[in-house]
Amino acid sequence: MNDMRLLERSVDQSEIKIAARDVQVWYGEKHAIKDVNVDLLDKTVTAFIGPSGCGKSTFLRCLNRMNDTIDISRVEGKITLDGEDIYDRRVDPVQLRARVGMVFQKPNPFPKSIYDNVAYGPRIHGLARNRAELDEIVEKSLRGAALWNEVKDRLNDPGTGLSGGQQQRLCIARAVATQPEVLLMDEPCSALDPIATSQVEELIDQLRAQFSVVIVTHSMQQAARVSQKTAFFHLGNLVEYGNTDDIFTNPRDPRTESYISGRIG
Amino acid sequence: MSDATLQGAQPRPSLLAADPRTRKRNAAEARFRAYGLGAILVSMVMLVILLFTILTGGIGAFRQTYLEIPVALDAAQLDKNGNRDPADLRKVLTLTYGKILQQSLEQSIADKGIAIAELSDKDVSGLISKEASAQLRNRVLADPELIGQTVEARVLVNGRVDGYYKGRVSMESAARDANTSPAQLQLADALKAQGMLATQWNWSFLTSPDASDQRPEAAGVGIAILGSLYMMLVVLVLSVPIGVAASIYLEEFAPKNRWTDIIEVNISNLAAVPSIVFGILGLAAFINFAGLPQSAPIVGGLVLTLMTLPTIIIATRAALKAVPPSIRDAALGVGASKMQSVFHHVLPLAMPGILTGTIIGLAQALGETAPLLLIGMVAFVKNFPSAPPDGLFEPASALPVQVYNWTQRADPAFIERASGAIIVLLVFLLCMNLLAILLRRKFERRW
Repeated sequence: MNDMRLLERSVDQSEIKIAARDVQVWYGEKHAIKDVNVDLLDKTVTAFIGPSGCGKSTFLRCLNRMNDTIDISRVEGKITLDGEDIYDRRVDPVQLRARVGMVFQKPNPFPKSIYDNVAYGPRIHGLARNRAELDEIVEKSLRGAALWNEVKDRLNDPGTGLSGGQQQRLCIARAVATQPEVLLMDEPCSALDPIATSQVEELIDQLRAQFSVVIVTHSMQQAARVSQKTAFFHLGNLVEYGNTDDIFTNPRDPRTESYISGRIG
Repeated sequence: MSDATLQGAQPRPSLLAADPRTRKRNAAEARFRAYGLGAILVSMVMLVILLFTILTGGIGAFRQTYLEIPVALDAAQLDKNGNRDPADLRKVLTLTYGKILQQSLEQSIADKGIAIAELSDKDVSGLISKEASAQLRNRVLADPELIGQTVEARVLVNGRVDGYYKGRVSMESAARDANTSPAQLQLADALKAQGMLATQWNWSFLTSPDASDQRPEAAGVGIAILGSLYMMLVVLVLSVPIGVAASIYLEEFAPKNRWTDIIEVNISNLAAVPSIVFGILGLAAFINFAGLPQSAPIVGGLVLTLMTLPTIIIATRAALKAVPPSIRDAALGVGASKMQSVFHHVLPLAMPGILTGTIIGLAQALGETAPLLLIGMVAFVKNFPSAPPDGLFEPASALPVQVYNWTQRADPAFIERASGAIIVLLVFLLCMNLLAILLRRKFERRW
C-alpha cells in the first residue's frame, strides 16, 4: 500500500525502464519474493538494500531471467522492459540478457585474453561486421569501464591475470560491450578493496549517463554514494522505495529506520 | 573467575617439556607417518619386482639367434622349366627350400672343416628353424632373379639353440630333450666361433604374425599390435563422441529429476560390471544378432566401447562439474545461449579432465582380455588384416589375448615371447599416459 503511493510520486521524474507488478518468487517451497511492485527509471542508479537473505539478489536476477537457470525457482507476476513482458512465452531469455547486462558479485572474467573477454558479447550477437569495428567496440567498452589506459598495451594477456578491481571493471566492460539498456550489478564491490571499490563506484556514476543501473549492495554508505533511488527489501517484501536522500534521511517505515540505523540486518 | 581458581590450584606447566597428552598425540602422528611410508615402500618394492621379472623374462624376445650362410639357389630344383614363370615357381614347396638350406649348411660345415662327434643329419637339419624355408621361399618368389645365384641368407635358428644362447637350455637339458642334442649345440658353438651364427636385435618380433607351437622362434606380435590399434581406433571414434555428448547432455541440459538420477546410478553401476559380462553381451548382440564376423577388430572395438563409455562419462561429468558456475553465469549474463556457454566456455575448461579420462578409459580397454576371448579373438591368425575400414572386419588378434595365448603353450620359448608382448603392451600404456600428461599440461588453464 505504502509503496504504491511512492510509485505515483516518482513516475513523473523520468521514463520508466522496468516495471514490476505483483512479482512472486518461489524456490521450491520457499516464498522468496512477495508481491513486489516497483518502477525502475531510465538513466538512474537504483540501489537494492536490505539484510542478508531478504531477496534483493533474487529480485535482481528476475530482471534478466537469470533465475531460469535454477530448476526449482518459479516466478509469478509481471515484469516489463519498455512495456514488454519479459516473462512472456515468446521472449527468448538470451535476447533479453543482451539488453539487460549483468555484473556479478565475484569478478568472473573468462579465462581468455582481455580482448576476447570484451569481444565475446559483440561477437555472439553479431554487433561488429569486421575486425576494425570489433576493435572499436572493445576500445570503447574498456574506456567506458575506465580500464583502457591500464590494459591497452596488453590486450592479449589473460583477463584472469588482472587485479581484483581490474577484473571487475573488465566484467563491466564485457557487459557494456553488448550495448545493453540496463545494467544489473549484484554486489559488484563486495570482493574488492576500498580503492578498487571507489574506482568502480565512480564508474557506476559515469555509466548512469547511458544506462539504467540497478545495484544490489550490502553497504548503505555505497547505496547513499552512488544511487538516486533506493529500494529496501526485508524478508522478501519491498518495504520502501524512494529517492535515496529521503530513504536515508527520512524513512517512512520503522523497519527501514531500524535497518539503516543498524538495529536489524 | 574460574580461570583464577584454576591458576591458583595448579601452576601452568613449562612449555619446554611436552606434557603426557602432547607426547601421546605426537607418537600417534609419528606412527601414522611410519605406516604411510611403509605402505609406499611396499608398493614400490612390488612394482620393482614386477618390472624386473617382466624385463628379465621378456627382453630375450627382442633378440634372436640367426645363422648367416651362403645359400646356393639351385635352378635345377627351384625352376625345372627354366622360364622363371611365377605360377611354376609357386608350385615349389617349402620342403624343397628346406632341403636347399640343409645342403647349404652342410656345405658350409664342410668348408670350415667343422667336425663334431655324434653329429647326425637330424642335428644339422634341425638346427635350422622350420620357418626359415618359408622365409627363403618368399624371398625367392619376390625376386625370381636370385635363382641360380648363391646368396647370403640370414636364417632363423631353432628355438632350442636360440634358448641355449639366452640361458634357457643347457647341455644337460639338451641330452634329455628330443628336439635338440648336445652335438647340435656343439655345432652351434662351432659355427658361432666361425662368426656364422649370432644373436641379434629382433625386429621381426614386432612385425611378424604368430607362429605355430613348433616354431616359437618365428612368433611375433605384429598382428596383435595391429589388431589392438584397430580396436583402439574403433573405441576412440565411437566412445569419445558418444561419451562426451552424453555427459554434456546429462550435466548441462537434462532436467534434474528421478529419471536422470536413475540413469546416473546405472552409469556408475555399469562401470563396475565385470568385463566378461560385456563379452557375453558382445557375443549375443554383435555376432549372433547383428551377424558381424568373429575375431574381427570391429566387434572387439564395439565391446570395448561399451566397457569404456561409463569410464569416459564419469570422468567427463566430473570435469564439467569442476568448472566453476561463475563462468556459466558470466556467459549467460552477456547473452550467450546455453549451448554457447557450454561449448565456448565450459567445455574448453573441462578439456584436460575429459582427455585424461578418455585416455585412462582407452588404456583400460587396451589391456582388456576377457571379453575378447568370448568374441573369438583368441583364434590363430597368420594373415595380416588389410587397412581400415576393410581390415576392421578381418580376423586379427590383440596384445593381451596374445599374451594369454602364449602362456598356454608348452614350449618355454613362448613364455619369453609372452613377457616380450607384455613389455610391448606396457610401452604402449606408458606412451598413452605420457600423452595424457602432455595434453593436460597443454590445455590446463587457471581461473
